[in-house]
Amino acid sequence: MNGYILAALAIWIGAWTLNEWLVRQRPASAEAKQAIGIIVPVIFGATLLAVWECLVHGFQIPPILLPAPSAIWVKLVNSAPVLWADFQQTFLKSVITGYIAGCGLGFAVALLIDRSPFLQKGLLPIGNFVSALPVVGIAPIMVMWFGFDWPSKVAVVVIMTFFPMLVNTVQGLASASHMERDLMRTYAANWGQMLIKLRLPAAWPFIFNALKINSTLALIGAIVAEFFGTPIVGMGFRISTEVGRANIDMVWAEIAVAAVAGSVFYGLVALAERWVTFWHPSVRGGRA
Amino acid sequence: MNKPSLFLDRVLPVLTVIAVILVIWHVAVVYLNAPFVRDQAARAGTVVTLGEIIPQTFNQERPILPAPHQIIAELWDTTIAKPITSKRSLVYHAWVTLSATLMGFGMGTVLGILLAVGIVHNRAMDKSLMPWVIASQTIPILAIAPMIIVVLNSIGISGLLPKALISTYLSFFPIVVGMVKGLRSPDVLLLDLMHTYNASRTQTFWKLRWPAALPYLFTSLKVAIAISLVGAIVGELPTGAVAGLGARLLSGSYYGQTIQIWAALFMAAALAAVLVSIIGLAHTQVLKRMGAKP
Repeated sequence: MNGYILAALAIWIGAWTLNEWLVRQRPASAEAKQAIGIIVPVIFGATLLAVWECLVHGFQIPPILLPAPSAIWVKLVNSAPVLWADFQQTFLKSVITGYIAGCGLGFAVALLIDRSPFLQKGLLPIGNFVSALPVVGIAPIMVMWFGFDWPSKVAVVVIMTFFPMLVNTVQGLASASHMERDLMRTYAANWGQMLIKLRLPAAWPFIFNALKINSTLALIGAIVAEFFGTPIVGMGFRISTEVGRANIDMVWAEIAVAAVAGSVFYGLVALAERWVTFWHPSVRGGRA
Repeated sequence: MNKPSLFLDRVLPVLTVIAVILVIWHVAVVYLNAPFVRDQAARAGTVVTLGEIIPQTFNQERPILPAPHQIIAELWDTTIAKPITSKRSLVYHAWVTLSATLMGFGMGTVLGILLAVGIVHNRAMDKSLMPWVIASQTIPILAIAPMIIVVLNSIGISGLLPKALISTYLSFFPIVVGMVKGLRSPDVLLLDLMHTYNASRTQTFWKLRWPAALPYLFTSLKVAIAISLVGAIVGELPTGAVAGLGARLLSGSYYGQTIQIWAALFMAAALAAVLVSIIGLAHTQVLKRMGAKP
């Protein structure tokens, strides 16, 4: 037992006791309650990082296996230009383009087949089935068809995001109740009016569900597609080559970038959801 | 209202869509593969008519898009015609992937359920862990797959376990989230009833919370098995293409063997379909035994 391991133990026990104490508080004001809700997971996350740091030093784990968080941070700061180039290639070019195209296409097809129950009955089971398939496997084919650069990644992302969007939009458009539809009919609303005033608002929670699922899928699709071939830039490319060159700290730096990018992306979609579906019980309940 | 027949209502639309997809596929085969045929003819100094091009596009060795019959032939050749022990048998590769998937799925399920039980019974765990469980879903965890494989390999763990670990990692999130929801689903009235019976925490858990959570568990299991198959396949990519469906995909893409890629893809799809439907079957069976309405 050396100092670092003892420190890790002490930090862990201390932070856990603090958290146990914090969650038992019954603050009067709503703000204090909210603050505790944020502080507790932050303490937990910070504890994990601290314990990681201490254990790496304490057990003298070679950096090739598991670098300390501080070493990763240094690497992250030092190689910012490379990381930024990778981020541009993978995230800004492949993920965003593919995400918008795939989600837009899924939404458009859902609207197109909206008036044909026959096509809906045919496409829904297939869409559900494809959503369960390992679609990332299509990556090598797309790389062959569209070349090494970002268009092939866009194609993978489009295919991965299309089906969840299609299925959720169709379900969402069907979610308005009969009473509400009958009411619209008594107003003599036509298809377009009914869509914009009733069915689309009712479908937003479903559509945002798909958008959230897709934000993760898109990033995964783009990164995995890069394992099959890229120009010499991109997050997936960097991860696979730096693993080969045993620069594990660089890999972790890239993962940190991917994690932050993924979380921010998801967070933005979630924010948009709160803004659009402000009337939904889950959002109203969350604010109180 | 009379009930529409199963065939007209369910089967026919799906069959129609599949037929349309097949037609589009065949047209695409001709369209995508024709340039190669024309190119070959131009090099040989001959002129081919459209009637000559079409049959040739369906029988290329390395087509841009293989025709369905080529894929079926390849599937037949590598599953039925080859002995299962052969390294070229797709059954062998599918088994490698399947075992990693099932192992990871099993570990992920156990881990996920344990975590969910902890989260439901301990407020500190709930407050500190739950946000991270949700946040970790937004992180492209698959990206670290190559690192896990290589790092574990360098400390002497190789073969099944690293791939299974990736599957575990991917599959435990949906289970934690679903189980927490499920274990909390009994309403206050029922919990109060257990209280009036003077039930202990364990009794409440086994007699009320656990049965109430089962429908949620099965829904999560379906998501989890699909995603752990993805994890196993991606986990096979960086191992230098040794064995498994992912390795088939990678070696196929290195050597331009499009038919091999498509066959592996179809095998993966079939595997996913079988796994998900097994869980679906178990789901209906359990619900039936619990007395749910069909």
